Amino acid sequence: MCEQRKQEFTIVGRSERKVDGIALVTGKPKFVADIDLSNMLYVKILHSPYAHARITEINTSRAEALPGVMCVLCSKNTPSTRYTTAGQGYPEPSPYDTRMFDTKVRFVGDRVAAVAAETEEIALQALKEIEVHYEELSPVLSVDAATALEAPIIHDEKDATGIFDPVRNISAKIDINVGDVKQGFAESDSTVETTCETQYAQHTPIEPHVVLSYLDEDGRLVLRTSTQVPFHTRRIVSYVLGIPLHRIRVIKPRIGGAFGTKQEILLEDLAGLVTLRTGRPALIEFTRQEEFVSARTRHPMRIRVKLGAKKNGILHAIEMEALSNTGAYGAHSLTVLSNVGSKTLPIYNKARNVRFSGKAVYTNLPVAGAYRGYGAPQGYYPLEVAMDELAGKLGLDPIELRRRNHIRCGESSPIFEEIGEGREGVAQTINSCELERCLEIGARRIGWAKKRGLRTRNGPWIHGLGMSIHMQGSGIAQVDMGAATIKMNEDGSFNLLVGATDLGTGSDTILGQIAAEVLGVPLSKVIVYSSDTDFTPFDVGAYASSTTYVSGTAVKRAAEEVRGQIVGVAAAMLESGMTNLTIKDEQVISIDGRSVTLAEVCQRAMYQVDQFQIGATESCVQDQSPPPFMSSFAEVAVDTETGVVKIVDYVAVVDCGTVINPKMAQGQIEGALANGIGYALTEVMLFSSTGRVQNATLFDYKILGALDIPPIDITLLDSYEPTGPMGAKSVAEIGINAPIPTIANAIYDAVGVRLTKTPFTPERVLSAIRSHSV
Amino acid sequence: MKIELIVNGKQQELDSAPGETLLHLLRRIGYKGVKKGCESGDCGACAVLLDDRVVNSCLVLAAKADGHRVTTVEGLAGQDKTGELHPVQEAFLEHGAVQCGYCSPGMIIAAVDLLAHNPNPSDQEIKEGISGNLCRCTGYVKQIEAIRIAAEKMRKSADV
Repeated sequence: MCEQRKQEFTIVGRSERKVDGIALVTGKPKFVADIDLSNMLYVKILHSPYAHARITEINTSRAEALPGVMCVLCSKNTPSTRYTTAGQGYPEPSPYDTRMFDTKVRFVGDRVAAVAAETEEIALQALKEIEVHYEELSPVLSVDAATALEAPIIHDEKDATGIFDPVRNISAKIDINVGDVKQGFAESDSTVETTCETQYAQHTPIEPHVVLSYLDEDGRLVLRTSTQVPFHTRRIVSYVLGIPLHRIRVIKPRIGGAFGTKQEILLEDLAGLVTLRTGRPALIEFTRQEEFVSARTRHPMRIRVKLGAKKNGILHAIEMEALSNTGAYGAHSLTVLSNVGSKTLPIYNKARNVRFSGKAVYTNLPVAGAYRGYGAPQGYYPLEVAMDELAGKLGLDPIELRRRNHIRCGESSPIFEEIGEGREGVAQTINSCELERCLEIGARRIGWAKKRGLRTRNGPWIHGLGMSIHMQGSGIAQVDMGAATIKMNEDGSFNLLVGATDLGTGSDTILGQIAAEVLGVPLSKVIVYSSDTDFTPFDVGAYASSTTYVSGTAVKRAAEEVRGQIVGVAAAMLESGMTNLTIKDEQVISIDGRSVTLAEVCQRAMYQVDQFQIGATESCVQDQSPPPFMSSFAEVAVDTETGVVKIVDYVAVVDCGTVINPKMAQGQIEGALANGIGYALTEVMLFSSTGRVQNATLFDYKILGALDIPPIDITLLDSYEPTGPMGAKSVAEIGINAPIPTIANAIYDAVGVRLTKTPFTPERVLSAIRSHSV
Repeated sequence: MKIELIVNGKQQELDSAPGETLLHLLRRIGYKGVKKGCESGDCGACAVLLDDRVVNSCLVLAAKADGHRVTTVEGLAGQDKTGELHPVQEAFLEHGAVQCGYCSPGMIIAAVDLLAHNPNPSDQEIKEGISGNLCRCTGYVKQIEAIRIAAEKMRKSADV
């Protein structure tokens, strides 16, 4: 049985306004490039025009001679240290296969050289003056080409480390066995098998990558950067540039969206080196074109899923085999691959025989990295399509098949222990799971019983309904660490300093709400600041849906410690026992009704008796990663004449534990669904035969606009996760897992074809319909 | 070349190099609320009002704006000297329409333009009104709601 919520909250559970909202709606200079520094240099990067080539000669003298050019960087004058751009905990579970500037380029858009100049125009002019001689190598432009016998070796450098098998272009590999799948399938009454393939897709935050670097008055390097991972950035830049960590300060101001692409150290090393070499501030802003070509993408994958079930519909064996394309470098290659299995397979924990295997291979295409969902969207696609097929084969309603198989409170899955983030995972039991209610409510709201299977026609349009269920995690168990500092001011306000990285999600606000709840003050009395490696305590940063659960717990602990100190001082003031005191409405009140204000408490502690700073720093590493759960339903209409798929209605029911801020939690789901619908229907990076991105603009790469948004109906269930702060779990990523399988299953319900390749473009849908009806 | 602009009610004489965009000029002279997202007119983050119509300032040459009025997001609040937020800004805040906030200035400007010309838009008209403004965080649901509520509020105060 799931534990029910026992506490009532005052601030938690309210749709408080964003603490940084007024500044944002009035256009205050909150973002990286919004400040002007005098004497600033502009940095531009020369990108490789070839997918695979060796640089045989590079001559920068003409560029250096150009008036206004202050610094030209290339492989000849920069550190040769191999590192990973993946902003992960140390040691990073990604191979060290990247150099600041290599003598080999591995994709169109790879770094060749960079120029820092007095103006952007001069920097661009200077790029043209750099002479580069390339020896072209055969490019590897698909996973099949990468794994073919005698395939060109992409990482033939001797000094790379952590690559699983460089000779075979395998960046990472995984093979997990629970029970015996072969026997499991033999014992099954019914089996289905499907293979699905996902495309190259991009995050497209509206603010492209940007960094501003400068030296402070003491000669320390300051990096003001649009990052999800300020502390990892400091560590990795220190390592790459070979300067002491304490000589670097990383400031994360407001971030204009990230979605994983800013969990990567892409520009900070370069800006930092320019500033160290010239002593001058340096700005690097990716153009939209560069963002498409040289930033990060989602790992395209081909995944085969085989399911075996007994007559009663209980799964007996699951096999999942993934082939992931990590592009030219292996950032996040192993961990995203791991998550394909670890974030999907536990949801069907009845199966006793499970095999998950896969490899991530290098190609000479853009570099994949972390992207909201982190492998789970790719994994859920074949898994949930296969479940739909299995339901059909068994003659069961797809909802009923899920109901018989999904994980529940008090249960576990061996997968939790088997697959971690680049290492073994952590065993855990589910403490909160409202999937049954998610299914029931979702089915009702979409009109499942009435509409499914009807294939209602409206001219060329045929309607259909599809569904799927999902989970994610809440941080990485026993890996992710968050810390928070709270200090009290003499007006009864508090500074909350967090390394947790609000990138637009609203985490500053919800962390403030958690602190305000414990401290008995309105949110306006909590001044939230994130993040600055000089001033805020360590936090791994915003990724893996960790902030609410991990950093939120650190905030709660710090607030509780501070609350204890306040009560201690108040007890002396009121000459009362500590247990007789409560904090409410900015006052400490004794059982007999006497009270002191929080301001008076702090004034006494600061200026009068037994003086000390009321404050605390607390940390959190969680032993678990409780999954949020959701059910997802869609009604689609398919135009049988053109292949256009229109989403008529979308319903999501989410169990994310206690909802700290309802509007913001809804916004997370709405945004993730919109992103996922684009991933399912319209978004795809296209490549020329030489590996060049052909649609590197927001005109040609189609993300959803306001006109494309279907009606979205979201229900956040009342749920309670006993290990989370105030009962909360995560909410940021889960929504993006849902649209692809949900829409695929709805298209099948409408027109009877299984789409196994994303995006579901009109051409693809029409061709599937035509080949099906022949 | 010299150009004259009235930015948020303030007349300014400015130097501008040929080819400089209005986006570049506005950011250069301190209007950092005008955001750069694509410089090709696709995302709308740089939207401003030129005289009374919304434009993507990345597609307008600064010289073309010579002699015209420009309103940026910085010029919306407190036009009545009280420092109060514009009803669209207020509604964006209140109804969760802001996530990262990078598209917000352009989106708010587009909404202000819409409501100036159509005080009572349908949801479809709201969607059309912000169709040139991309947002990757929200899914637009809260923004559409906020604009609808701002419109109501503005109609009510116009009636008074």
